[in-house]
Amino acid sequence: MTVESTAAREEARRSGTGGKRAAASGEPSTSRSASPGGGKGRAAQGASNKQGAAKKKPAAKKAPAKSRKPAKASAAQPGGDEFVQLLTPEGERVHHPSYDVDLTDEELRGLYRDMVLTCRFDAEATSLQRQGELGLWASLLGQEAAQIGSGRALRTDDYVFPTYREHGVAWCRDVDPTLLLGMFRGVNNGGWDPNTNNFHLYTIVIGSQVLHATGYAMGVAKDGADSAVVAYFGDGASSQGDVAEAFTFASVYNAPVVFFCQNNQWAISEPTDRQTRVPIYRRADGFGFPGVRVDGNDVLACLAVTKAAVERARTGEGPMLIEAFTYRMGAHTTSDDPTRYRTDEEHASWEAKDPIARLRGYLEREGRADEAYFAAIEEESEAMGKHVREAIRTMPDPDTMAIFENVYADGHALVDEERAQFARYLSSFADAPAAGSTQGGH
Amino acid sequence: MAATTAPAARKLPIAKAINESLRASMEADPKVLVMGEDVGKLGGVFRVTDGLQKDFGEERVIDTPLAESGIVGTAIGMALRGYRPVVEIQFDGFVFPAYDQIVTQLAKMHARALGKVKVPVVIRIPYAGGIGAVEHHSESPEVLFAHVAGLKCVSPSNSADAYWMLRQAIECDDPVIFFEPKRRYWDKGEVDPAAIPGPLHQAKVVKEGTALTLAAYGPMVKVCLEAAAAAEEEGNSLEVVDLRSISPIDFDTVQRSVEKTRRLVTVHEAPVFLGSGAEVAARLTERCFYHLEAPVLRVGGFHAPYPPARLEDEYLPGLDRVLDAVDRALAY
Ligand SMILES: Cc1ncc(C[n+]2csc(CCOP(=O)(O)OP(=O)(O)O)c2C)c(N)n1
Ligand SMILES: [Mg+2]
Repeated sequence: MTVESTAAREEARRSGTGGKRAAASGEPSTSRSASPGGGKGRAAQGASNKQGAAKKKPAAKKAPAKSRKPAKASAAQPGGDEFVQLLTPEGERVHHPSYDVDLTDEELRGLYRDMVLTCRFDAEATSLQRQGELGLWASLLGQEAAQIGSGRALRTDDYVFPTYREHGVAWCRDVDPTLLLGMFRGVNNGGWDPNTNNFHLYTIVIGSQVLHATGYAMGVAKDGADSAVVAYFGDGASSQGDVAEAFTFASVYNAPVVFFCQNNQWAISEPTDRQTRVPIYRRADGFGFPGVRVDGNDVLACLAVTKAAVERARTGEGPMLIEAFTYRMGAHTTSDDPTRYRTDEEHASWEAKDPIARLRGYLEREGRADEAYFAAIEEESEAMGKHVREAIRTMPDPDTMAIFENVYADGHALVDEERAQFARYLSSFADAPAAGSTQGGH
Repeated sequence: MAATTAPAARKLPIAKAINESLRASMEADPKVLVMGEDVGKLGGVFRVTDGLQKDFGEERVIDTPLAESGIVGTAIGMALRGYRPVVEIQFDGFVFPAYDQIVTQLAKMHARALGKVKVPVVIRIPYAGGIGAVEHHSESPEVLFAHVAGLKCVSPSNSADAYWMLRQAIECDDPVIFFEPKRRYWDKGEVDPAAIPGPLHQAKVVKEGTALTLAAYGPMVKVCLEAAAAAEEEGNSLEVVDLRSISPIDFDTVQRSVEKTRRLVTVHEAPVFLGSGAEVAARLTERCFYHLEAPVLRVGGFHAPYPPARLEDEYLPGLDRVLDAVDRALAY
């Protein structure tokens, strides 16, 4: 990537002209919608922001103060059903006093397409793992709505810090899906340029990226841009010190960051009650910013709530925590065996809340998409599967000497020495008759 | 230490030997606890703690929140209260959120309290590469711990050592970081729970030889034994020393070996630069300079991040790299 292209992109990102300010009906209005085009808005607002934010009622619906659950409370439904929902599992459109979206048929169909193609890509990756093409895969099955809903709430100049499961968000960011396969195939440890799509690399060490997102957001604010930053993390990650520290920093510096927690009920084999006794969204309270729980299997609700959260971030009102209440339908990864720790009944109860089926139900009932449309999507998803299979089989293995590449930005004498030594060592096999055998060269 | 009703000797994979070791330790001492992520129902991602929660209950086999600093920090607290927590860190790369607790607290507490408190915490870490994993699942961070006074660091290479060294680590009143060679988890070896083990930190000559000493530990012992077998066919007799302990290191055993063979090659997966091999080389050079016919050579990882899985075979020191160093040492 050239320096120029980076600079140009950076300019576009920083200027915050990547998209129009979201103006979905029913969103909580904000006091700082002035500052067209972003520009120096945030910097100028600096000091007053904090006051404004403090005085302002949080956009999120506050949870009623409740006494702590007894120690054995089930985490399956902490906080009961108080979440934002716009589409019931049966595909019925309902309304919420604080959050809503008003989408055209085309936009609705777009969300459906996003979810179906993401799901198809994911299924393809799982089967490629079974065939030995990938070493591992972390499936997003069941979390399509949480990822597409939140991902589609963003502008191109916003920035995303994912975990390792955000394939749907990557899709929304226009990251070539086949690039996501590299690290799971073992050809690289990342494989895309984070700045091409403002989508950071996948992070495996749980919770780390939440701090990075917060720091990035602090930088956005310093630049006076009106971009938002989204940190994705899981219910398990919510226990990490890094995540708590991110909340602290974001709060203290009023950083334009959205904490998007996908509570998929499990951290490998541990249910959410191993991580928390209060609903995760309520943690925000203690840090001084709003938290809201959303039906994570409802793409419209996820879109509406995330839009509201990024709007807050853009207008200097600071961070917000979103807990998308969802379910990991598959194994933790292809290495995991969930039959050891969870029941079929639980799985079945979530099957009934499927995010894709419910949107399809709505589209059909309302006549917003016809059979031809669904057939076309099916065809497109077949083609995507084929493309992914072909791409993986032609994905080149890395060159051995790549081990020594990019270890430092400014070079390092020891790396140079070891690279040269290793190259000499490898070339010593070149003319040995037994090269390639386990004892080659000897 | 062996219980009177110790089961008969059996062939066990290393993972199962560790499981049996935990079981025996928990049976022998009610203060022994197991804590970590997914160690309960799941039995750990490598099934090392399989069945323990079922048999010892949730009070003694504790599924913790996903927070390594929390796990080690609370283990320290429990040790101060008289328990003997055995902590599992799921993979090598995930110990670092706990590094502060380990280095600034766990390692120093006994000294700061002028010996008045003991913190017998064992931290088990499946470590090193060779399983084709994604990032952070294949690292060899042992010297980052061995460099810290107050911590003991060991790494078994076979089932019997895995069983006994863990039992000894749990009985030890000092904090012990117990590095488990994950790619060898499924290798089987005889475990005799009635045996009388040697001292925890003593190295072992696992193959005798005359021309050169290979010193290794953990996953690399097997590679060195294979290298010795290959060298044998070429008429070179190599001795293999399994160091077993990285802090302290049993230099005496290595010295005796080197005084006989006069040549030494150290082997580990961790990067060569400032690795444990450098310490062995320096000490042995001091101790038996006049016996050495060649400089001590080191084989190990590069000064580069652990590479993606498709490059790990090239990255990891294998038979060829060991034999290459052997040839160079013999050529002096
Ligand atoms: C610091 C750290 N500790 C442990 C792990 C091993 N690990 C990988 S994923 C995972 C569970 C994560 O659960 P959650 O945050 O809920 O995300 P999910 O996988 O459910 O999406 C664990 C323990 C890790 N990757 N990083
Ligand atoms: Mg989870």
